[in-house]
Amino acid sequence: MVLMTYAEAAVRALAREMETDRNVVVLGEDVGRGGIFGQYKGLQQQFGAQRVIDTPISEAAIMGAGVGMALAGLRPVIEMRVVDFALCGMDEMVNQAAKNRYMFGGQGRVPIVARMPIGIWDASAAQHSQSFESWFAHLPGVVVVCPATPQDNYSMLRAALACGDPVVYMEHKTLWGRTGDVDETVEAVLGQAQTLRTGNHLTMVSWSRQVHVCAQACARLAELGIEVELIDLRSIWPWDRDAVLRSCARTGHLMVVHEAVQAAGFGAEIAATAAEQLGCKVRRLGAPRIPVGYSPVLEAQARVDADAVVAAVRAFLK
Amino acid sequence: MSDPKQVLADLYRTMVRIRAFENAAEVASQGGVSVYGKEAEGNAHVRGPLHLSTGQEAVPAGVCAHLRREDYLTSTHRGHGHTLAKGADLQGMMSELFGKATGFNGGKGGSMHIADFSVGMLGANGVVAAGLPIAVGAAHAQKLQQRDAITVCFFGDGGINRGPFLEALNWARVYGLPVLFVCEDNRWSATTASAPMIAGPGASARAQSMDIAGEKVDGNDVMAVYGAARKLVQEVRDGSGPRLLHAITYRVKGHVSVDPAAYRDQAELDAALKTDPIARARQHYLALAGAEARTLDAIEQAAQAEVVAALAGADAAPWPDAREAFTDIQDTGAGQWY
Repeated sequence: MVLMTYAEAAVRALAREMETDRNVVVLGEDVGRGGIFGQYKGLQQQFGAQRVIDTPISEAAIMGAGVGMALAGLRPVIEMRVVDFALCGMDEMVNQAAKNRYMFGGQGRVPIVARMPIGIWDASAAQHSQSFESWFAHLPGVVVVCPATPQDNYSMLRAALACGDPVVYMEHKTLWGRTGDVDETVEAVLGQAQTLRTGNHLTMVSWSRQVHVCAQACARLAELGIEVELIDLRSIWPWDRDAVLRSCARTGHLMVVHEAVQAAGFGAEIAATAAEQLGCKVRRLGAPRIPVGYSPVLEAQARVDADAVVAAVRAFLK
Repeated sequence: MSDPKQVLADLYRTMVRIRAFENAAEVASQGGVSVYGKEAEGNAHVRGPLHLSTGQEAVPAGVCAHLRREDYLTSTHRGHGHTLAKGADLQGMMSELFGKATGFNGGKGGSMHIADFSVGMLGANGVVAAGLPIAVGAAHAQKLQQRDAITVCFFGDGGINRGPFLEALNWARVYGLPVLFVCEDNRWSATTASAPMIAGPGASARAQSMDIAGEKVDGNDVMAVYGAARKLVQEVRDGSGPRLLHAITYRVKGHVSVDPAAYRDQAELDAALKTDPIARARQHYLALAGAEARTLDAIEQAAQAEVVAALAGADAAPWPDAREAFTDIQDTGAGQWY
C-alpha cells in the first residue's frame, strides 16, 4: 500500500501500462509538461515525446487521430482536458470511435481511453463545470468509467486500457489532490460497484466526487439512527445492477445521488430499473437543470451538498 | 519505366470496373431510397443512400495505382471507387450493398461504410471530412512504428469547409506524417454548388498556407492524376511529410442515386460529360503505337461479366442472422442491452 493522490495514481497506472506495452501512447494538449492537473507528470521524461505526444488545440483531430492510431494497432490514451472540451471531438467519439467496430462488421477495433474530467471546478462557470456521463451511457459501443478514489483511478485506468473497447474515462476535476492508499496489486473489474458502508434502511447509489459527499451525509444520518447502504457505482456503463438490486431488495428504498443535472440523468435509469424489477421506492437527487454560475452564491445552487442529501433522505423515509 | 500501354490498360481496367459497379448499383437501388418526397418501395436490392462516383473514376484509379496493400486509405461517403481501386473484392462490396451476411461488413454498414481492412481500406464514412483525422492518426501510427507504408486520405471539395480538414492538415504537417491528402473535387456539396461556398482558391491554397506542398490536376485525365500521384506518393514515402493532390473532376450523378440533380444546368452536365475520363483514356490509349481497341473491349467485357456475377452472387447470398445485430459492439458489458 502506498499513499498517493488521485492524479499520482493515474500516472502510476499509465506508467505501468506503458512499461509493459509499447503500443500505449498518450496524446493531448499539455501532456508533455504533465497535464494541466499533473495526471501525466513525468511520463514524457520517462517515455519520450514520441509516446507522450503534445498536440495542437485540435480536439477533433486529437480524438480522430486516436481512432486512426487505434485502427493501426496502437492503444492511445486521449486527453480531452475537461469534458466540456470533448464536445469539440464529439463526432470522432460518437460516430467514429463508438461505431467503428460495429458498422465495419468487426473488421477493426478501437481500443482507446478518452479521458475527459467532469464536474464542478470551483468558480469555473458554465463551460468548465459539466458532468456528461449520462450522454455517453446512452451511446452503444463505449464503456463509461467514473472513479472516485486514488485506488480506483489506479485500478480502473489499468482495466480501461486492458479492456480493448473505447472507454470514456471520467475523472473528477476536484479529486486530483485527494489522497488515499493504493495497492498496486488490486485489479478492478469494469462494471463492478463497491459497497462503501452497509445499512438496512436505504440504498444510496452515487459515483465520482459525489460519493464523498454522500459518505459525509451517511455519517450524519447514522447519528440520527438512519443506516444507509452506500454503493459507489464506479462504472456507469456497464453498471452493476446486481449489486444495486441486491441491496434494494433488502432495504426497499433506493436513492440515487449525482452531481449531474437530475433531469434525464443516469440516476433516472437506475431508479427506473429498481422500480421495474423490485417495485422498490425510489428517489433521485441531482442538480437542477440550470447552467453552473460563476459567483459562489450561484454556483452553490448547482451543487448537491451533504445537507441536501441528508434532507432528501429524511424526507424520503418520513 | 513500365510500358505506357500496359499502365494505361491497367488504369482503364480499374476505371471500367468502378463504372460497371456504380452502374449496376444504381440500377439495383431504384426504389430503395426514401428521400426527396418519395417513399422507399422496399423491394430494391440496394437500399438507403447510395452515393455514386460515376465520372470520377480517374482519381482513385490514378492514385491507388501507386499504393501497396500495406498502405492505408480512408474515404468518403462516395467511396466505392476508392475501395475497388485499393484492391477490395468486388463481390464482397456488392454483397455488402445488398445487406447480406457475406458482405465485407456482414451487412452492418452498406454503401456508406464500405470497407476492406484486409487491403488497408479503413472505411468510407457517412460524415463529411471525418476520414481526415482518422487518416492522420493511422499515418501517425505508421511513423511511430517505423513502418514502410503510407496513408492516403480521399475527401471532397465540400469537406474542406469543415474544421477537421484544417485540424488534420495542420496535424500532419506538425508531425511530418506520411500522408497524401487527395481532394476529389467534384464541384458539388450535396445539392449545393461548392464554388460559392468556398472562400479563396480552395484545397491547394489552404494546404500551401500550412506549408503542405501539392499539385492541382485535371481529375478526369487519368494519366495526369497518375503522374502527379506518382511524384507525391514517392515524396511521402521518402519521408518528406504530407502532400496534397487536388483533382478537379465532376459529379455526373446526383448527390444520391435517386437525386435527379434538377437544380443544376443541363449545359454544365453536358460539358462535363464531354470530358468523361473513361472515354478520354480510351482515346489516349488508341493513340499509342500498337494499341488495339479489342484490348480495351475485352477489359470492359470482363468488368461487365464480373459485375453481373457479383449481382447474382449477392442476390443468392444469405441474409445476416438477426442475432448479428448484437455482435461486435463492445466486449465490456456485452449482453447488457437494456
